[in-house]
Amino acid sequence: MRLGNTRQTYGAISIALHWLVALLVLGLFPLGLYMTSLDYYHPWYQAAPHLHRGLGITLLLLLSLRLCWRFISPPPRPLDGGSRLLRRLAGLVHGGLYLLLLAIAVSGYLISTADGRGIEVFGWFTVPALLPAFKDMEDAAGDVHFVLAVSLIGLVALHALAALKHHFIDRDPTLMRMLGKPRRVTGRATGAITESETFFTKETS
Amino acid sequence: MKKRLIFSLLTAAGMVLAAPVSAERYVIDTQNAHAFVQFKIAHLGYSWVLGRFNQFEGSFDYDENNPSASTVSVTVNPASVDSNHAERDKHLRSQDFLKVDEFAQATFTSTSYAVTGDNTGLLKGDLTLRGVTRPISIDVTQIGAGKDPWGGFRRGFEGTTRLALADFGIPMDLGPAAREVELFLTVEGIRQ
Repeated sequence: MRLGNTRQTYGAISIALHWLVALLVLGLFPLGLYMTSLDYYHPWYQAAPHLHRGLGITLLLLLSLRLCWRFISPPPRPLDGGSRLLRRLAGLVHGGLYLLLLAIAVSGYLISTADGRGIEVFGWFTVPALLPAFKDMEDAAGDVHFVLAVSLIGLVALHALAALKHHFIDRDPTLMRMLGKPRRVTGRATGAITESETFFTKETS
Repeated sequence: MKKRLIFSLLTAAGMVLAAPVSAERYVIDTQNAHAFVQFKIAHLGYSWVLGRFNQFEGSFDYDENNPSASTVSVTVNPASVDSNHAERDKHLRSQDFLKVDEFAQATFTSTSYAVTGDNTGLLKGDLTLRGVTRPISIDVTQIGAGKDPWGGFRRGFEGTTRLALADFGIPMDLGPAAREVELFLTVEGIRQ
């Protein structure tokens, strides 16, 4: 598999970044709920927030990489099919996912750095508190962090459902190309499939 | 003559009635922060966590000749809790502890003051914290009183008391060593 994206396919870097971010999101959300529900004497009372902070900063770094990579190697065009409105909507959801992820990461950072302390990332390095705090910043940032995280999960669900719709209902390779698989040959005879067949032959020959 | 006598008596009576009550009103000097509401609670039983409430106001009446007539009232903003750690303060403001969204004020109103020594006394009163009102007792020591260098008159006290978290409906369990919190209060009043 090539590293960069082409007009039709995702390269390894985009695919890896996408799934790493997905994994982190699906881990961080329940971890956040879990860590705020723990008793003081629970063995994870200290470790869970430590992990959440470290993974959160990791997510922020991956997100920055992803945004940079979008400019270096733009993602493939959406596949034909689907109405203009749907394609527009998909674009909005993708933009929304990026925005929410960024806002959640930043608001989380602002909770932990509200007293001037940096965030320690797994003992590897510390992200310093860079912004001047305002009064009760940890509370405001905390409220934002929670509301946006719940919204993100809603949007992620929509995003995942849409991917499944592409795969099972539209039977197009939208989901498969994010999995790095050559396009699935399906029963439908369309131009796109012919193209995928030639692509498949090229890869295996 | 008789009229004159009555007039004098009335005047004298009026003077007595109009004479200032001897208890003096002091406003606690929170403006220039010569007053502190601090707390101290055990961390696991191995060390202490210290913190304070940064916003409060209050006043007291004190009569040097009759200290047992003294009264105090103080209002504290629980959201101003400050333990020098933003994440902990956020937790302290949450429903696990002070639930400041719902209980935006804590108040203390004295009900009696008993002199126990030259400069000491026992102040009793009602503390309302997290929506629960309970009687508490504060051991009080007068630190000093006198003119300040800027033309005023000041009087200062310190006091200590202990509260059980559960008594005020604080649900968080911090362990067996931390069921109670110690309060250290020090106030400087400026005579009005």
